[in-house]
Parts: sequence; C-alpha cells; structure tokens
Amino acid sequence: MSMKTSSTQFKQRIRTNMQDSIMRESVASAQERMFGNRARAAEDIGHWDEWRQMGMDIREHVLENLDFYLTQLSDNVIENGGHVFFAQTAEEASAYIERVAQAKNAKKVVKSKSMVTEEIDLNAALERQGINVVETDLGEYILQIDDHDAPSHIVAPAIHKSREQVQQIFKDKIGYQGSENPAEMTRFVRDHIRQDFVNADIGITGCNFAVAESGSIALVTNEGNARLATALPKTHIAVMGMERLVPTFEELDVMVTLLCRSAVGLPLTGYVTVLTGPKEAEQTDGPEEFHLVILDNGRSDILASEFKSILRCIRCAACANTCPAYRHIGGQSYGSIYSGPIGAVLSPLLGGYQDFQDLPYACSLCTACNDVCPVKIPLAELLLKHRQIIAESKLTPIKERITATAFNFINSRPTLWGSAVNMGAKASKTLIKEGDMAIKIKAVEEWHETRDLPESDGESFRHWFKHRTPSDKP
Amino acid sequence: MIHVSLFVTCICDTIKPNVAKNTVALLEILGCQVHFPEAQTCCSQPSINSGYVEDSKRSLKSLIAAMEVNDHPVICPAASCAAMIKSYPAILNDEPEWRARAQRLSDRTYELTQFLVHHLDTSILSPKLSGTAVYHPSCSLFRKLGIKDEPLQLLSQVEGLSLLPIPNQETCCGFGGTFSVKMSEISGAMVVEKAAHIQSVSPDFLIGADSSCLMNIGGRLDREQSNIRVMHIADVLMSR
Repeated sequence: MSMKTSSTQFKQRIRTNMQDSIMRESVASAQERMFGNRARAAEDIGHWDEWRQMGMDIREHVLENLDFYLTQLSDNVIENGGHVFFAQTAEEASAYIERVAQAKNAKKVVKSKSMVTEEIDLNAALERQGINVVETDLGEYILQIDDHDAPSHIVAPAIHKSREQVQQIFKDKIGYQGSENPAEMTRFVRDHIRQDFVNADIGITGCNFAVAESGSIALVTNEGNARLATALPKTHIAVMGMERLVPTFEELDVMVTLLCRSAVGLPLTGYVTVLTGPKEAEQTDGPEEFHLVILDNGRSDILASEFKSILRCIRCAACANTCPAYRHIGGQSYGSIYSGPIGAVLSPLLGGYQDFQDLPYACSLCTACNDVCPVKIPLAELLLKHRQIIAESKLTPIKERITATAFNFINSRPTLWGSAVNMGAKASKTLIKEGDMAIKIKAVEEWHETRDLPESDGESFRHWFKHRTPSDKP
Repeated sequence: MIHVSLFVTCICDTIKPNVAKNTVALLEILGCQVHFPEAQTCCSQPSINSGYVEDSKRSLKSLIAAMEVNDHPVICPAASCAAMIKSYPAILNDEPEWRARAQRLSDRTYELTQFLVHHLDTSILSPKLSGTAVYHPSCSLFRKLGIKDEPLQLLSQVEGLSLLPIPNQETCCGFGGTFSVKMSEISGAMVVEKAAHIQSVSPDFLIGADSSCLMNIGGRLDREQSNIRVMHIADVLMSR
C-alpha cells in the first residue's frame, strides 16, 4: 500500500463510498464513540487547553531544533549499539530495509502498526523479495487478509467495516468459526498469528516518539503486538518520520498523555513500550540487532514551507473523529493512507497535487478539527493555503477561474456591485418558484440536489433602505 | 444616540432583506442611528475560501474604503462575514498601510448578537414567540468568533419560547459557502443529517444567527416539506 490507495476520480470515489450504508453507519457510530471518549478524557484531566498549548510548544521547539535533536538521537542510538539510517526518499528507506532483510536471510517479518511504513510501501517491497509479511495490529491484519483493503483511519484502519463483515473475512480467509463478538474474534487472531511472532526473523515497527536524550523509541498500542514484535525476532527495525521526536522523557510524558487521550479517550493505552537499543548481554528478551530508519520523504520541504505546523502532528486522528465530511465520505474516499483533515493537508504535501488536489476542498471550513487538535494545528487554515496554491497555480477548472475573475471584477466596483445586487434580488424573485429555478445553472443544480432554493422578496435591502419612508421606522 | 454602520452581507441584501430590515429595526429601537455605507460590497468569502486570495485583494480594499465613510461600529447580522472581515489584516499582511486600515475595520466590526449583548441595553426589548425552537450555533459564530452565550442570553428574553437540544448540536450544517456546490454530495449529506436531528425533536422554529446556514438547513427542511419555521435571531427579537 503506497500513499495513494485509489486511482479513481475523487468525486467518483465519494459517490461510490457514500452508497455503502455499512461504512456510513460504522464510521458514524465509531466517530461518536471516539469523539465522546476524547471529550471526557480531556475534561477528566482538566486544563486541557494548557495541555494542548504545552504539546504545541514542545512540538514547535523540536521542529525549530530538529537538526540538533536528530543528531542527538542518532548519536545515542549508535552508542546504545543500534544502527541509524537517514532516508531521504521512500525508495531509500525501503531499499535499506530490504538490504537488512537480505543480510539476515529473512523469510518472515512481523509488523506492528505503522503509517510511515505504508507511506514508503514497505510491505510490497519486502513481498517482492519473497518475504512473508504479517501485520499484527488487528485492524491492519483485517485489511491485509481482506486482499489488501485500503485503510480508512490513521488509528483504526478498519473502522469502515462492521463486526459482521470482519467475521466473514475471518471465516473466508483463516477458517474462523465463531461469533461476531470482537473479544472472541481477537482471541482467535491472537492464537492464529502467535506462531508468526515466534518464527519471524525481523520485527518492524513504527515509532510514536523517539526520545533524543536516550536514543529510545516509544510505541503506543492497545494490543501489545508491538511489544511482542520487538521482543521475539532477532532483529528490530523501527521506521520513523524525521519529525517524530521529543527531547527528553519529560516531554514524552506530555505527548503520550495528549496522544492517548486524543486518540482513544483513555488516560493511557494498554501498552506504552519504550525501547532503548538492542538487548544487552544479561537480558533474556529483545532483539540482537536494532535499526532505526529516519525518513524525510518531503518533510524537509514542508519544514521550510508555510505548512510547517503540520509537522507537529502526532497522528491521533482526533481531527478525523470530529470531521463531519470524514463522517459521511469515510476514510477511503480520500484515496490516501492519510485521511480526514490531517490527510487532506498532508497527502498533497507528501504525494503532490496531481493525485490529491481535491482533498483540500472536502471541507466546509467548520474548524471543528482545529479545536480538538492536541497540538493546535490550524488545519482549516492549512487547507485554505492549499486552495490558494491550487487556484493560483491555475490547477482549478477554467470555468471556476472565469467565475472567480468575474466575481472579483464586479465585487471590487461598488456601483457595479450595487446594480448587481438590485438585479439579483429582482431576478431571484422571478426565477425561483417553489424552491426551484427556471433556468438551469450547474451550481444551482448541485444545491438543488438535496435542498430547495430560498424564495426572495424581489427588492434588495439596499434599495429598501434608500427609499424607506419614516413609517418604515420603529 | 449611538451611530452604527450596517454591513448587510450579500445574502441578506439580495435574498433575506427581512433579516436586515429587522436588524435595522432592532438597532433603532435600542437607540442607534443606523448608517448604510452604500459602496459596501461582498466580504469576498466565496472567492477567498476558494483560494483566489490575490484576485480578491482589490475587493477587500474596496470594502475597507467603503466602510471608512465613518468610524462607527460596524454591525453585521452574519458571523461568517464578520469573521471574514476579521481575517483581512492577515490577508493584507504584506501591505502595511492596508493592513493597518484592515485592522481598524476589524477592530470596530461586531457580529449582531455580540453588539446587542455587550454594547446595548436589550432589557427594553420584550419579544414574544410561543413555541419550541432548536437553536443552531453556527461554526463561524461560536468557533471562529467565540460567541456562544450571547445568542442564548438574547433568546432567554423571548417570552413563550423554549429551546430544545438536539444530537450533535454543534456540528456544521454543511453550508461552507462554495463547498455547498463544489462538494454538494458531502454538503448534502451533512445537511440531511442536520435536518434529521432537528426534525427528531419536532420544534416549531429553527433559530440561528447566520442567514447562510439557515438558508442551507431551511432549504433542506423545505424539501422535506417540514412546517418548522426558520428564523434569524433578529426576526425572533422583533417578534411581538
């Protein structure tokens, strides 16, 4: 799965996905559950806005001093006996991991959930080498065995599926015979993939946060799969976006608090694992070899751009869990592994406008996402910046550009605008009858698909105000 | 006598003049003399929110100049347009003189309910409207301008009116300006759900402070042949 998850047109995608009533229902109910849990978790800890401010300050500080902290992190990982590889591109990152796999003569890899490995299309690269890759996060596992279905949420990738659909997938693919009870299905998968952990040559994880002062990586999961994937295989490879670090454990505490509460509405997830280098001589568990792959893949460019604040993101998906557009179209409509408001900002930056130009428009600018973001990313404003770049690079449809030019021509000329308003008021009275308009205009038809048109009085306010008599006054 | 300027907004100017007329009436009852700077145009929201920011700057400047015919408070019966004006200084950041002029306009621009509650004595109003209502807090009003309690405070003064809560009350109605036509599928799904939530409590009225959202939700309610009467808060406060 690379960043791009679909080759159909955006509009086509949303129309198809919006027909999927199971997806619509699953997403809406999950969204409400997660939104409610997040709100309660924020209220319980108190002073949430100060927590968010602290989170934002920490992330900004790291971004301002990224070169320093990356060097410190790298030095410490090496001192702990690990290996560090800085990958400028997705291809470089994949190629390095393939080389490690070849050197280890690896036949099987277990993975815990990692967005960045999807971004670099790692599974496909390893599979081309004949390596068996097993996703061990339950959501990712469901998608993997469901013929590589695309993820629809950055935290809960299979959120678009109902439990009955999951039950069917398990029946068809891995011989499951039980009920649609999530606990029962989870137990079955646990048993089913246990041997994969035991047999795996390499465990690959992402990295929620790297701690620069100690060269540690922190993994936040609910299933404990990351812990097992880094305890049994002899080699552990962690892949991280170059911005995902904190200076010390003190900041890690704040960021993990923000992440868990924002993502799943819990004070902590089931497992927060902090790993520092390969196992030492006297230790019984843990990998003999540890590799940290630090990925740029366009992040340096973002850092130097007006979109810098998006690099504060800690991938909690609170924005998606509150977004009304996401609610109705579902994550797969974004056509990117990164969905929701964060995906609409990030995908065009990492993957280009050609594939992701429509995403910044899938937003009513309600700014609900801004309010829940634990690191205060101004997501709506960043979507507007995208729209500005798209419009000013003339990537928008020609008809839209002509309309915008005409609008601004009239709107910057008060006399012309005044006449247009007076005429518009009259025309709308003549043309709009019973909520529909006599002449067909595409924009009006789009509106009319679900809504009636407003009926007007025929006289503009400005005309009335100018000609009103004393009897019109109170 | 308090002098104020009305920034009417294009929706109220063309399609919902009654909202603007009631806004004028309200302000006059409360002791204001209302001026209407005639050279005012649209706040340019459709163009700016579609990304045509550079092209819009001429329009922004034209509106700033239009409102400079006096330095009275500028009252706007729509939060999204008031919020747009308040974003002018940032948009004109590269032009210090215009930025300063934009800032002066922004500082004296008020959304209607905000001005009513904080700058006028509304206790002399005695609005009456019998029935139940759903109040729709528009995104621009409570999220962008932070105006949450003012409309509720004003509505609590209305004799005979009681407000009903609905599920997901603070969720966007799906209007979003050009979003409603450019992404009509998503916008449509949002307004369908909003209308369903409103219909689920069978109110007599839907009340809001942004005509654009009301036009959107009202359009959907009309399509569903609902009897719910859609009213701007200025209409409600002028009800006798």
